[in-house]
Amino acid sequence: MRKTSLDMVQEMALRDPRILFIGSDLGPDTLKELKVQRPKQFLMEGVSEANIVSMAAGMAMEGWIPYINTIATFLTRRCFEQIVLDLGLHKTKVRLIASGGGLVYAPLGPTHLAIDDIAILRTVPNMTILAPCDADEMRRLMLLTPDVDGPVYIRLGKGGDPVVSRAEPACEIGKAILLREPGDALIVTTGVCLQVALAAAAELGKAGISAGVLHCHTLKPLDADAILKHAAPVVVTIEEHILIGGLGGAVAEILLGAGRAPRFARIGIPDAFADQYGSQASLMARYSITSENLAATVTRLLNQTHK
Amino acid sequence: MTDHELQLKSFALRRAMLNLIVGAGAGHTGGGLSCMDILNVLYNRILNVSPQTFGDPHRDRYVQSKGHCVEALYAVLADRGFFPASDLATVCHYQSHYVGHPTRHIPGVEMNTGALGHGLPICIGMALAAKMDAASYRVFTLLGDGELAEGSNWEAGLAAAHYRLDNLAAILDHNTLQISGHTRDVMSNEPLDEKWRAFGWEVRSINGHDYAELTEALTAPSESGKPVFIIANTVKGKGVSFMENVAKWHHGVPSDAELKQALAELDASEAALKEAK
Repeated sequence: MRKTSLDMVQEMALRDPRILFIGSDLGPDTLKELKVQRPKQFLMEGVSEANIVSMAAGMAMEGWIPYINTIATFLTRRCFEQIVLDLGLHKTKVRLIASGGGLVYAPLGPTHLAIDDIAILRTVPNMTILAPCDADEMRRLMLLTPDVDGPVYIRLGKGGDPVVSRAEPACEIGKAILLREPGDALIVTTGVCLQVALAAAAELGKAGISAGVLHCHTLKPLDADAILKHAAPVVVTIEEHILIGGLGGAVAEILLGAGRAPRFARIGIPDAFADQYGSQASLMARYSITSENLAATVTRLLNQTHK
Repeated sequence: MTDHELQLKSFALRRAMLNLIVGAGAGHTGGGLSCMDILNVLYNRILNVSPQTFGDPHRDRYVQSKGHCVEALYAVLADRGFFPASDLATVCHYQSHYVGHPTRHIPGVEMNTGALGHGLPICIGMALAAKMDAASYRVFTLLGDGELAEGSNWEAGLAAAHYRLDNLAAILDHNTLQISGHTRDVMSNEPLDEKWRAFGWEVRSINGHDYAELTEALTAPSESGKPVFIIANTVKGKGVSFMENVAKWHHGVPSDAELKQALAELDASEAALKEAK
């Protein structure tokens, strides 16, 4: 997914002279073609996120469209004020490509685990937040990013994630995609948890339970219309993110705000720093962000409904 | 405009600033007075900006990184005709666009500032964009002593030299005071000239109230490829005897009696300068 997103920056920059790549000490092999062909549109900075974000804002004020890439935690926590003021407040067209969304950097521990990036950035007015589910969707969404007014945050998965997205319906920023029609239940998901959700829905289908799957590749603005339209008697959210301020909370706000009260549960990362490492998959399992737990949660809530 | 005429204007600007601070009931009096001569020279002699040409992509960029001294900027922008001087009476009032830090709602303001340590990195981006676009505009920012403790300035300091941004000038309003007292006591940052020189900048140390020195420092081309760091040695509270070099005037608002005395002092100094001519 990271490779696809950076390749897309290169592809778009070779076509559009206003698009520019800014890396933060990413290694000598990053976007070699762009670096050679359009050296003006390729900047490799030192490790200095605050300066990079404000500098990119200054360039955006002059009409450039900078795409910045570094590790998600550094790109959100370290330079949050720069993001709020120089990007959000000025509505600058700066794009933040965040490597290692969620639990990707499991072996590296809490400094590198971006468990809170969505919650942090949801609070920034004018921000668009994207979390594609696979490389194909990344490609489709990246093509839309140059035209978005204001800053965009693009959350990257680990890479090599199974491709489950489809070319149809066409990707539109701010519009959720329904991958399975709801009946008894609706699963709302984002990013690479879509794969988990689809697996759970398939298992539930075998048991005679029809669970819809709504994929929110755009977390801000979140597609409230789609959530309300497809909400079933049971709604379960699943995300690779801390439960505070993430997708689940946002969906709950939308449902309750519209006077809807389905049986509801959230699956995600608890309010704690990681104390185990291993791999992304091992931490997903530790936090029960799994198709088994999702299917069991849907079943449990349905049984409550039937009481 | 001659140096003498600019100096005379500085009294009117200082009076306008003090009046608007009293009207607002808030403001950064000491720092506004210390940077007023810098802004006077910038807007009346250096920057190719005007109300009519502010949208011109070739205009020079000025970002006031020490945004808290916006009252001095308001006085100068009003004098240059960016908006009516009568607007100054509304600063900080409910439903007025004129707030205690620069915003882009105000004609003539490039960037919203107020959180310290943003202006210089933003100007790196603007100056780099000018280089990439082969544009001739110059980029200026104004920093404060206390502000220099923000680490982002030093990240930007590396970047400006790395990119050889000789179209960039950072001006330090070096009045040596911040809210808590002398910068040397709060968090010592000297020797500033050696530090910025070591970062790869051309450093110019000048009297920040001397119009000839300001003009020279702001216009002379830099050594090839080097950004310019101007240490403008200033006096906090400059022009009003009881405010000069007193940290409490960082954001002190004069009482009616203090305002009256301050305006009288400025009137007397102006009269003396006219007399000296």
